[in-house]
Amino acid sequence: MKALVWHAKNDVRIETVPDPRILNPRDAIIRITSSAICGSDLHLLNGFIPTMQTGDVLGHEFMGEVVEVGAGNAKLKVGDRVVVPFTIACGHCFFCKSALWSLCDNSNPNAWMAEKLYGYATSGLFGYSHLTGGYAGGQAQYARVPFADVGPLKIPDEIPDEKVLFLSDILPTGYMAAENCDIKRGDVIAIWGCGPVGQMAIKSAWLLGAERVIAIDCVPERLEMASHSGLAETINYDREDVFDRLKSMTGGRGPDACIDAVGLESHGATFDAYLDEVKTSTFLATDRPSALRQAIHACRKGGIVSIPGVYGGFLDKIPFGAAFQKGLTFKMGQTHVMRYMQPLLDRIRDGELDPSFVITHRVPLDDAPQAYQMFRAREQGCIKVVLKPHDETARQVRH
Amino acid sequence: MITDVTVSETERWTAALGGAALAMYGLSQRSFLGSILAAGGGALVLGAVISPTARGTKTSLGGTRGVLVDESVAIARHHDELYRFWRELDNLPRFMQHLVSVTTLDARRSHWVAVAPAGRTVEWDAEIIADEPNELIGWRTLDAADVVSAGSVHFKPTGKEEETVVHVRLQYEPPAGKLGAAIARMFGDAPSQSIHEDLRRFKALMEAGEIPTTVGQPRGRQSILNYD
Repeated sequence: MKALVWHAKNDVRIETVPDPRILNPRDAIIRITSSAICGSDLHLLNGFIPTMQTGDVLGHEFMGEVVEVGAGNAKLKVGDRVVVPFTIACGHCFFCKSALWSLCDNSNPNAWMAEKLYGYATSGLFGYSHLTGGYAGGQAQYARVPFADVGPLKIPDEIPDEKVLFLSDILPTGYMAAENCDIKRGDVIAIWGCGPVGQMAIKSAWLLGAERVIAIDCVPERLEMASHSGLAETINYDREDVFDRLKSMTGGRGPDACIDAVGLESHGATFDAYLDEVKTSTFLATDRPSALRQAIHACRKGGIVSIPGVYGGFLDKIPFGAAFQKGLTFKMGQTHVMRYMQPLLDRIRDGELDPSFVITHRVPLDDAPQAYQMFRAREQGCIKVVLKPHDETARQVRH
Repeated sequence: MITDVTVSETERWTAALGGAALAMYGLSQRSFLGSILAAGGGALVLGAVISPTARGTKTSLGGTRGVLVDESVAIARHHDELYRFWRELDNLPRFMQHLVSVTTLDARRSHWVAVAPAGRTVEWDAEIIADEPNELIGWRTLDAADVVSAGSVHFKPTGKEEETVVHVRLQYEPPAGKLGAAIARMFGDAPSQSIHEDLRRFKALMEAGEIPTTVGQPRGRQSILNYD
């Protein structure tokens, strides 16, 4: 099959690789009909995520049709149409039973590696470095889905791919970010980052009853989307002081909750450097958390800072004094995708939500390397790219 | 996780070793240690291994003799079920990576085959020397075994519904004295890490019904610089 393969920093290619096969009884094989490029994939392209290996297949936002099912999987059958969550979870450990799916104990074959870095191992993820299991991802024609009787959600035939594809990651991620804000009547929610997750967080904050939503970015078309499609007030941080503006917009009190939908813009950190840091307890900064610093600084007293943006290492100069003195609450982590898929599918089916508005580009899988470059450079107003891996669908988007 | 590994004589032994021997031992140490896990103990004092404190084991063996490993894992299964699975000794190779087979000979005795350094296999007989249903299994190798060791596994409910802490305690004297563990230590956290990984696999097998893997999945062209 064809797949997008990571080779090195700034080097991803389409290659022919072996087809996936069933490796464990609860597995399923999915023939992929749509797959997206995530903002977090750019961290892989830029070489900022440790433990990537030459030959790794990328992609963690995908859906398709079940073509093979393992002997121990009683839930799926060949022909089912499913969206696959980017987190892999066994469904039976303490964490899965507590609905903390992204913290599953049993889905990361490289748990020892994560234990060295974080003390405890979190769940496996598709196509996102060996620290989270080294699972081959879904920017490919087919994918093997482990524990496929837990994660994949069946989708009714009448709902098109583009409306449900983002149940795999960014919609639940934006929704959990808003849910973590514990929104009450009259609340003002400020959101740093108007990429796809930020856009989903804006919509979700409205759904959960926010009084006002303020979106912060510097890219004109993203602010435009936040304003036009998301109906948010916007702040362009290139032109205005974010803290002053937020303060004046809220009568001097500050937003009730702040969402950091930006995450790490890390300096290069190699696998060896990470392990060395752990071993020597030399706490050097690895992530560049400027949005997080602002969010902590701007949040009202007693407010909540919700962090869907990804961080991986050691953060420098976090204003912890401000966080403590103001009595802030922090909520964060990889999304517990399975918790949100069905309720969000219901909202999509009922017409309350249509996350497809973020899609700006649709391209054949063959063009994925160029699409990565375009996405990274934010050329052609690129906000979200959907890949079509098979000829019959690729033909529709080929130009 | 609790870990207690005692190693001495390291300098004396490592000085005597050539680089090639070191490398070979290093490459195979996980297999070797895996075989140790399953072994039972000949000359060791067994009551101490089964005693609830690791310190007691060490003291009864005369201080620094042998290697003591102490690892535990919480598993979301009833302790009866975990005990029953473990007590069927031929189940052990399903999660102990370096065991080839365990054959039950009679109610107490069993025959073990494991992968050893340099691609050979080692075999030995062991006997169950303590068996408290749903709580504890203790074992040792029989006198003729070339791996001298004793061990125990405790199954203790945590108070959370259907959850058990499985606690493995193991003491052994490798064929080359303390050399095996000394070398192993140079290459990582083994033997504790090796047993830690086997317990992780046991947990996955009992909770999820299978052990997570990516071996055999699609990959693109690889570089010789990859670390595995």
